[in-house]
Amino acid sequence: MIRLMEICGTHTHAIARAGLKQLLPEGVKLLSGPGCPVCVTPPEAIDALVSLARRPHLTVCTYGDMLRVPGTSPELSLLKEKARGARVEMVFSPMDALSMAERDPGQEYVFAGVGFETTAPGTLAAVKAARVKNVSNFSVFMLLRRIEPAVRALLADSESRIDGFLCPGHVAVIIGEKGFRFLPEEYRLPAVISGFEPADIWLSVKELLRQVREKDPRLVNTYTRAVSPEGNPLALALMEEMTRPDGALWRGLGYIEGSAYALNGEYAAWDAAIKFGISLPRQTAPTACRCGEVICGKIEPAGCPFFGKVCTPEAPLGPCMVSSEGSCAAAWTYRSF
Amino acid sequence: MDEYITLDYGSGGRKTSALIRELILPAFGNSFLSSLGDGAVLPGAEQLVFSTDSFVVSPLFFPGGNIGKLAVCGTLNDVAMAGGEPKYLSLSLVIEEGFPTEDLRKILASAAEEVKKAGVSVVTGDTKVVEKGSCDGLFINTAGIGVLKQPGLSPAAMKAGDAVLVSGPLGNHGLTILLARHPQMLEADLSSDCADLAPMAAALYGLGADLKMLRDPTRGGLATVLAELAESADLGFELAEKSIPVDPAVRTACELLGLDPLYSANEGKLIAVVSANKAEEALALMKQFPEGRNAALIGTVCAEHPGLPVLRTPWGSSRLLTALAGAQFPRIC
Repeated sequence: MIRLMEICGTHTHAIARAGLKQLLPEGVKLLSGPGCPVCVTPPEAIDALVSLARRPHLTVCTYGDMLRVPGTSPELSLLKEKARGARVEMVFSPMDALSMAERDPGQEYVFAGVGFETTAPGTLAAVKAARVKNVSNFSVFMLLRRIEPAVRALLADSESRIDGFLCPGHVAVIIGEKGFRFLPEEYRLPAVISGFEPADIWLSVKELLRQVREKDPRLVNTYTRAVSPEGNPLALALMEEMTRPDGALWRGLGYIEGSAYALNGEYAAWDAAIKFGISLPRQTAPTACRCGEVICGKIEPAGCPFFGKVCTPEAPLGPCMVSSEGSCAAAWTYRSF
Repeated sequence: MDEYITLDYGSGGRKTSALIRELILPAFGNSFLSSLGDGAVLPGAEQLVFSTDSFVVSPLFFPGGNIGKLAVCGTLNDVAMAGGEPKYLSLSLVIEEGFPTEDLRKILASAAEEVKKAGVSVVTGDTKVVEKGSCDGLFINTAGIGVLKQPGLSPAAMKAGDAVLVSGPLGNHGLTILLARHPQMLEADLSSDCADLAPMAAALYGLGADLKMLRDPTRGGLATVLAELAESADLGFELAEKSIPVDPAVRTACELLGLDPLYSANEGKLIAVVSANKAEEALALMKQFPEGRNAALIGTVCAEHPGLPVLRTPWGSSRLLTALAGAQFPRIC
């Protein structure tokens, strides 16, 4: 069995929507990786956001996908807290949250900053704008993650057994081809940066299979219309200037050193965790759902006993069934016939 | 049901369905209400069609229309989908304190324009003004009464082999509203498809008993309507993805934002199920109207896989179309 992993949740979604797994040659598997921002966020972070939302004069602003994710108990979610009267606002961009804060200076606005390198520059741009405009009632609960340490943690796990990676095109737009060279160079693993159209994914899978067959691991970029060798210099400069690497807890992968971004220097004043005295644990509580194994490619969604039975998009037990980038939601919504 | 009503209960998907089935039908269920059609057909010397809808769209003005036009067209469409020729409307306004009179004037003018074009009358109504913060600017409720012209429109009338048609490209209204609410996300040349479908429906009534079912895929989009129809009729659908019309701008915006046009709302599209040998005629009837010029045959009703709409992709794979679970959100990364 050749086990290929698509790291990115958007790939997972595109693969499910086009039904590509049905068309794979026998003996080839595509597994989801730790690239869905909501899915890798540990339940303790959801609890922390819920507790923030319960504070008076504080509004939590979040992307829609975070609303339904349960925390350490199924009753703890931002959507349920909102229905109980907490101030939770769905936003499409951190800039929306910043605008709300500017219009309503008597209220604190905390943006739940989830996402990978793709989302980091936009979140940081909002913090920078807050500093320039001197908006002090805005802050970001930093849940931004780096993909490379997660992939390294995954590869350190002997159970993962991955033969090649379909690398995330959107992340690569920011960090460039160079961000994925470590895969062939240090791990001797095939790696192909791919776009998101079915034809992009097909072409990339074909190249991965060629590399596996010919034992020719290398980094190939099939998404050259968007991804350059060096990435986006403006975005990278912003990340370099405003952040420092930080350790963070991941669902499924545990605590990983250097896998997150902390706001640096004077920008730390906009860090909600510092501002409101929140610290996340280094260990995650055990959960009934097996999302942690799904995002490490150890099981497929259907391998979870709850999948499609007690866990559905209407009543999700874990984040993978919630997010449109989640492996279980994609597998359930776009189930094959 | 959850302990509290979350926003998901308003999405038009499975949660909305749970709200109706678990709270509303047990309280009021009767043979008219329980069929859960777009409108009810009422007995009498002349059979009547009765429907109502509330409109809470934000923003109130959007490319292609405003809440006034939407409130009139939405109810006209519901009456027409149930086989009625709309005659009379009610119109009730819930206005937030401080709402600009000039905006109300514009909204009522476009509602009046649709009323005039449709040849119906607003014969009753109500106005309430609520304190600031109690509603989002303006909410409108309309109800409509029509005379039944096409009896028997129902999922139960569908048979294996029937053709499934849509009157035009899907998803425009939902995407337009999303981008009107969040203009910084994306610039796109999109407008709502908001339109009165009663004239097109009336043309289709000419097919007589060969017209089996009409439905307008509003919240939840095409996928949710087909999933619900398959379940209620205990029949399957076979659909060809490449024949489902979607405007290039809608398709591209959906790809960029991580949304699916088949779950996005429409306000000027209908789904028609007709006998197979009348498919071409039905298409020709739809294409007489500007809002039907891109009408398409998208699939057939089948006896296999009852309860399940199956979509065949251009790649040779297939998947189920399932009902929307909750609101669709753009992806994060």
